[in-house]
Formats: sequence, structure tokens, C-alpha cells
Amino acid sequence: MSSYIKRPNRALQVYAVLFLIVLYVPVLFIPLFSFNDSIYVRFPLQGFTLQWYGELWTREPVWNALWNSVKVGLVVSVISTVLGVMAARAITRTRMRGKGALVTFIMMPLVIPGIIFGVALLVLLSRMGVPLSLYTVGLGHLIICLPFAVATLLPRFEGFDPSMEEASADLGENGWWTFWRVTFPMVMPGIVASLLLTFTISFDEFIMAFFLTGTDPTLPMYIWGQLRFPKEFPSVLAMAALILFVSFALVFLAQWVGRKGLEDQA
Amino acid sequence: MTPSDRFISIRNVSKSFGAFTAIEEISMDIGQGEFFSLLGASGCGKTTLLRMLAGFESPTKGEIFIDDQPMSDVPPHHRPVNMVFQSYAIFPHLNVGDNIAYGLRKHKLAAARRAEMVEEMLDLIKLPGYGNRKANELSGGQRQRIALARALILRPKVLLLDEPLGALDKQLREQMQLELRALQRQVGITFVFVTHDQEEALTLSDRIAVMSGGKVLQVDTPAGLYETPRTRAVASFIGTMNFFRGTVRRNGAAMAAIEAEGLGTIPMTTAQLTKPDGAPVQIALRPEKFSLSAKRPEAGLAVEGRLCTSAYMGERSQYYLSIPGKAEPVAVSAPNTHRLMGGHDLSEGEALWLSWSPESIVMLDTD
Repeated sequence: MSSYIKRPNRALQVYAVLFLIVLYVPVLFIPLFSFNDSIYVRFPLQGFTLQWYGELWTREPVWNALWNSVKVGLVVSVISTVLGVMAARAITRTRMRGKGALVTFIMMPLVIPGIIFGVALLVLLSRMGVPLSLYTVGLGHLIICLPFAVATLLPRFEGFDPSMEEASADLGENGWWTFWRVTFPMVMPGIVASLLLTFTISFDEFIMAFFLTGTDPTLPMYIWGQLRFPKEFPSVLAMAALILFVSFALVFLAQWVGRKGLEDQA
Repeated sequence: MTPSDRFISIRNVSKSFGAFTAIEEISMDIGQGEFFSLLGASGCGKTTLLRMLAGFESPTKGEIFIDDQPMSDVPPHHRPVNMVFQSYAIFPHLNVGDNIAYGLRKHKLAAARRAEMVEEMLDLIKLPGYGNRKANELSGGQRQRIALARALILRPKVLLLDEPLGALDKQLREQMQLELRALQRQVGITFVFVTHDQEEALTLSDRIAVMSGGKVLQVDTPAGLYETPRTRAVASFIGTMNFFRGTVRRNGAAMAAIEAEGLGTIPMTTAQLTKPDGAPVQIALRPEKFSLSAKRPEAGLAVEGRLCTSAYMGERSQYYLSIPGKAEPVAVSAPNTHRLMGGHDLSEGEALWLSWSPESIVMLDTD
């Protein structure tokens, strides 16, 4: 008789499978209908086509929106990761008062609804007379991405022995060289994971972009705009399927890099 | 005192972390080329003191001089000291050769000269040809040697070692102790070694500072600490010790004696005993300074006791005897060269005579 700790539990296994089905099957309809040869999203399927992907390919505004999203995503991921590195290092390496409260404040945007942040930023920026543009979208995304960057980087900094940095100082290197010769290479997997994750979050983000976009739409904003035109809908599905695929790939890559780094260090 | 006896000079150094005092008013000197140990239980301040020498902590009060230079304003990366960390802190992303050569960047050496220096170091630590090994392929003992090489390649004036042998198993530790001692002789660099292991400190050191509660209790050679500890704390920290309370008895200027619990009256020379008549004293005797015999020895000091319990420890045995007038049993250590009393094992309750010579008595400070 094995102990209950290791015994497989049939009911829990069924629950786990159901959970994954409920979570992902609705999402799977998107790629499914993106290959459907009909502008109506309904069963039965009409036949296989790549027409919608083809249309997507030739449509100029799609490419502009994609490029906007990539630009914002790249800048936001780099800035939030740099800030994340600084925050994680400060949190793990310095003795300071109110560290717990500080970490909570950094993580707060995770639980504050995006719509509140979006409205707040919109009010503030319009009061200050700042015109809405991709910069304001980037600012909004930065707020959302920073907690993810810190959460990804913090375990890397916590996991590495502070005497590594002391050893570097002891061997004659100043702060700058210690960072580049020891700290940076050791937290590198965390940095890569943070870049991938924050890029994905910025790339997919809608609410902040909804409030803060000027004349240049990001890709999610463009998709939102296309939903008003029923005949555009299949190509929106095609685009959504592509975004889904790229997002999944990036998140898996981020997870894999992060885990691999931790293993190497152990 | 010659200048080289004050190679490291610690002057009235205190260190507090908030309300907690880690180091309290320590002053001592460490000589050039000395193997000096800081010995104490965990939390006694020994690591804090070492970290102040390295520059990772700064004294709240006082000053540390290394080779006559005050160190307060010198950051760790400019101090003429290098450290072997307790965790070794081998950089995991660099191979063995790059770890050892880490501190050479600023020396701007030609690649060939650098490689040559690394090879010399690898020979010194008896790991020739290990330069291209990855850091995570190393055993504990190898990491320890590489940490040593990485520090020694910079030819520091002082090498600081923070319990470097603590993580190794017993056999490897004993081997590394011998190697470390030989290495220190070979390179002639001053070693400051932190340990909580009294045997390790005795084996390795030229001198030892016994620390407790942020203070230095006594600084002495290993033999000095063992044979003539000044206080009860030092005596009980190093080895086993029997303590006896006593009272000074004087009869005129020439005669002095101690009336000690369980041991009776012990005649002392006036040089040994300076306290006035009736003063309380604390005396101590090491277990191996007693002799055991079945009959009363013909001359000398002796008392009769009964064997409470014994422990066989291989090359010697430890016996515990109860003697009249003393509550705790007396520990006696005897070599097993010939098992005692003509070969028969001593049994509990057996009556035995304990004898000792007055010279082996240690007078402790009664504070």
C-alpha cells in the first residue's frame, strides 16, 4: 500500500485534463476558423483555405501596426528589464528599511486593473498636454511590464551567492567591472527570460494601448478596429492565430532559458 | 616589538550592527609571515573581524593598519589582501584558468605570461592541467584549492581564509590542513584564518586569538593556549579541562599552598602564587596531567577516587573518577600503550589513585 502522498488520484487527473480543455479549446477555435473558407465563423467548416493569410500579407496597415507593436515591445522590454535588474539587485543586495513594502509597491500593477492605470495615465498626460503617441503607449506598457521583469529577475539574484560579487571586489575589480564580469553573466538567463516575457506582454497588451494610442495603432488596437467590419473578420482570425503562435513560442522560450540558467548554476 | 610583528595592527576596533555589538574594543597585532587563527564559536565575531580586514565591513570605531597603512578609507578592491571565501565563490561561468586569472585583468599581461602564471599556480595547488575544466566539474577540495590559487596569484600581503575547510569531509580536511600549512611556509604570506575547530587551529597556527562575545579572550601560541590558558572560558574551549575551586593558604613569606576542592593541600612556590592568604582561586588540570595507579604512589601528591565511567578512544582512554569533596567527576586521560593495571580492564566502581605534579597546575584568572 503506497502512501497517499505518491498515489495517483484519478479524480484529480480528470480534473486537470478538463481544466486544460476549458482553458485552451476556445483559443484553438481561432486558428481553426482562420483556415475556414467562409467569412462566417460557424460550423460546419466550409473547407480549407490560406486566403485570409494571403490577404493579411498584402494589407499595408497590418504591417504598419505590427511594426508599431514591435517597436514599442522592443523598447519596453529593454527598459523594463534594465529597471528590473536594478530593482532586483537593490532588493537582494542592500540592507534597507521598508524593503517588503517596496517590493509590494513594485508588484502592485499586477493587481491594479489596467483600465484604472489607463484612465489615470490618460488624465495625467492630457492635463500635462502630452500628445498621445507610441511613446505614451510605451509608458503604459512599462508600468505593466516592470513587475514581470522584477518577478523574473528576483529569483536569479536571490539564487546567487553574494560572496561572488565580494570575491570579485576582493580580487581588485570595482563595481562597474564586477557587474560586467560576474553579476551580468550570472543573471544572463534571467535577463533573456525577462526580455522575452516583457516583449510578449507589451506586444499583446490592449487596455493601456486603448487609452494611450494616438494616431499610430499597435497591432491589438488595429485588430480591435477591424472587428467592426464583418468581412475583415477571417483575416483578423488569421492574424490572431499568428500572434498566438509567436506569443506561445516566446513564453516557452523564456521559461526554458530561465530554467536552464538555474540548472547550470546549481 | 619589531615593525614586522605589527604587520597587521588592529587598534581599539569595535563594530556594531544597529543595537548588536559584533566586535568590542579589539586590539591586537599580527606579524609578517605569521599563520594566525581567529578561533571561536559561531557568532563570536571572528568572521566580522576578518571581513573588516578584507574591507567588506568597516569598523564603527578604531582603526586597522596593514603594513603601516590605515585601512578605513581603502575599499576592498584596493586593499593588499585577498580572501578565500567559506563558499569558495568560484565563478560558475568561467573555467578554472579564467577563475585563477580573474584578478590579473588590471595587470595587462601578455596572454602567454598570464597562462604561464596560471600554470604555476595550478602546479602550486597540485592541479596541473586543470585550466580548461569547467567550474561545475570540480569537487569540494578542488574548489578550495582554486579559491586559494585565485587569491595567491595576486601575491597579496595578507591572505584571509574564512573557514575554508569547513565544507570538506574529515579525511580531506586533515590532508588539506597539512597542505595549507606547507603552502603558507612556501609562499611566506601572512595568513589570517577563521575557524571554529580548535583542533584545526592548534594544528595550523603560529598563534591563535580565542574569541567570544565580540572580544579576544587570549592570544597565544597553540601550546601556550593549551598549557596555560588564562581564563576558564579559554581553558574549556580548547580541549578538556578539570576545574577546581580553591583558597590560598600562606604561612610566612616562603611557604604557600592552595587548599583545593577534592585535591587537598597543594604546595606552591611563591612565584606561582602571588595572592594573599585566604584569597579564592580557580585552578585547572588537563586530563593527561593525572596519572592513575592501583596503589598510592610512594611520593608526590595523590588522592583516591572511584571510577564512574570510562571511554575507550583508540590510542588513549578517558576515565571519569569521582573524588571526595568534589561534585563533578574528574576527567583523566591515559594512553593505551599498555592497557592499565597489567592488562585487565578497569571496571566501574573500582578504587584508583590519582596523582599529579604541582607544576602541571594552571592558575586561572578569577573574573
